[in-house]
Amino acid sequence: MKKFWRRLNQNKGAVVGLVVLAIFILISILSPLLAPYDPHQIFDGKFNLPPLWSGGDNAHVMGTDDIGRDVLSRLIYGARISLTVGFLVVTISLVVGVSLGLLAGYFGGWVDQIIMRGVDILMALPSILLAIVIVAILGPSLQNGIIAVSIVYLPNYIRVVRGAAMAEKKKAYVDATKCFGATHWRQAVINILPNCMAPIIVLASLGFSEGILNVAALGFLGLGAQPPIPEWGVMLADAKAFIETSPWLVSLPGICILLVVLSFNLLGDGLRDALDPKLKGQ
Amino acid sequence: MIKILRQRFFAFFPTLLGVSLLAFSLIRLAPGDPVMLMLGERGGTPEVYEKMRTSLGLDQPILWQYLKYIGQVLTGDFGTSIVSQRPVLEEFFDRFPATVELGLSGMIFAILLGVPFGLISAAKRKSPVDYTLMGGALLGYSMPIFWWALVLIMFFSVNLGWTPVSGRVSVMYDVEAVTGFLFIDSWFSEDSWEIFKSGLHHLLLPALVLGTIPLAVVARMTRSSLLEVLREDYIRTARAKGLNEKRVIVTHALKNALIPIVTVIGLMLGTVLTGAILTETIFSWPGIGRWFVASVEARDYPVIQGGIILIALTIMLVNLIVDLIYVWVNPLLREHS
Repeated sequence: MKKFWRRLNQNKGAVVGLVVLAIFILISILSPLLAPYDPHQIFDGKFNLPPLWSGGDNAHVMGTDDIGRDVLSRLIYGARISLTVGFLVVTISLVVGVSLGLLAGYFGGWVDQIIMRGVDILMALPSILLAIVIVAILGPSLQNGIIAVSIVYLPNYIRVVRGAAMAEKKKAYVDATKCFGATHWRQAVINILPNCMAPIIVLASLGFSEGILNVAALGFLGLGAQPPIPEWGVMLADAKAFIETSPWLVSLPGICILLVVLSFNLLGDGLRDALDPKLKGQ
Repeated sequence: MIKILRQRFFAFFPTLLGVSLLAFSLIRLAPGDPVMLMLGERGGTPEVYEKMRTSLGLDQPILWQYLKYIGQVLTGDFGTSIVSQRPVLEEFFDRFPATVELGLSGMIFAILLGVPFGLISAAKRKSPVDYTLMGGALLGYSMPIFWWALVLIMFFSVNLGWTPVSGRVSVMYDVEAVTGFLFIDSWFSEDSWEIFKSGLHHLLLPALVLGTIPLAVVARMTRSSLLEVLREDYIRTARAKGLNEKRVIVTHALKNALIPIVTVIGLMLGTVLTGAILTETIFSWPGIGRWFVASVEARDYPVIQGGIILIALTIMLVNLIVDLIYVWVNPLLREHS
């Protein structure tokens, strides 16, 4: 563990990613305290106010949107939404994906066959298309968008955990514990799973960025979160029409998405190098 | 080779059957009555309702409906669009060339820049050039492309006025669809050169947007694959022979580093060729991706159902071809089978 932290610390990118994420997490926890206004509050007569640095109002540091809502407040609440989305996507896909992957890898046979055919089907469609299809079934909303993106990300976990479990199963310690009468449950969850943790952690970190990105994309297409929710993708969709007159409405939410996604990717790269020295330098 | 072909062949059909089941279940899984949903905004009398229900075959047992649907699909009948009243297959082939043109341009852009970037990065490992290129690649990899598209439109179309904002060719020209591929069809028209130029002009931004993430992936893959190969003994031999670094990398290392690069390109190709949903939507590109999103919005269930199968089929075929090429170029795999 100590060695792991030291390795992670040496990776400047991962440290930067971690710091930026810590800031965003703080912002999202403290959003009611940090946001100057309610994200839904409409200021009459203050439409499309530019941000402070291009001659705006002191009262609205990052300007206002087309119906007079404070952009900074909306971005701050947006951080809360996006990080929650990322967390939920990772949790759902991790729990379900790891369980299925473990089942497939540990038991093999027909259990493996059924699960892997399901994976094949999910993988035959591009991820965002699959998410759109699932939303088409469930109806467009933030909640359904999260479910859709979680399902889309399942095959990654299933494949990685299955592969790792199959490799672990052949090792001597599994035979040894079998002789002591370990149950299937004990074998799979207590003996094998901890030894598959490294790739799972890396996938989870990358899953955060993928989840946030895809849910924002759904929001942008009008198939995820619905207005007036201050979700970054929805804010971008709203801003599309004002691209010529109010460029800050386009640039600010996008920069937020990019920063968060970039940080998770930096962290994911760092974690992979730190957890799996074999892959270092790749 | 034949063994691999057989394996792929047997995996192909169950997956396609699964996809068709998924697509078929769609209408049945959607909450509420699909007929009511479709009639919803258009309104309808009980007679219209019954007629639609019968025409969709929803009054029959579900297993029978599925078998019948499979039978139709096997004869090339993917149903009829509710919105346009045209066969789904026809609509698909109308839009396919536009998507292929955009997808191939995006991939060519990504490969032409990505491979050299990765090569330079690997050659100048741990130098500022390497850090800049790989930093850029990570940035591209993390890019929300729907935002990236808007930023590029803001800069190139709105501020500089260089590129058009949407569409495939200027509305001034009426290009007759001979092959459906604009860059081929333009030669059959009168203003061939003008149309060709206009098409290229419209293609520029969407291709750049679509190629951004593949570019980042290809650059990263090229670098890591080259670094791996550069550690091999035969590279040391080549260096010991006194070959200069450029020669070592370009003629000796790159060839062997190509396999993972080709793999990663192949993996992206299927997705790119079946419609870049976000890119096509933003640039109003008349391709598969936008068609599909519009059908989801309009709840045009026959199109959604048929579209899923056609898209999956295309991706699987592309992947199959890529796999075969992969076996063919990789002597290790070729001899084993």
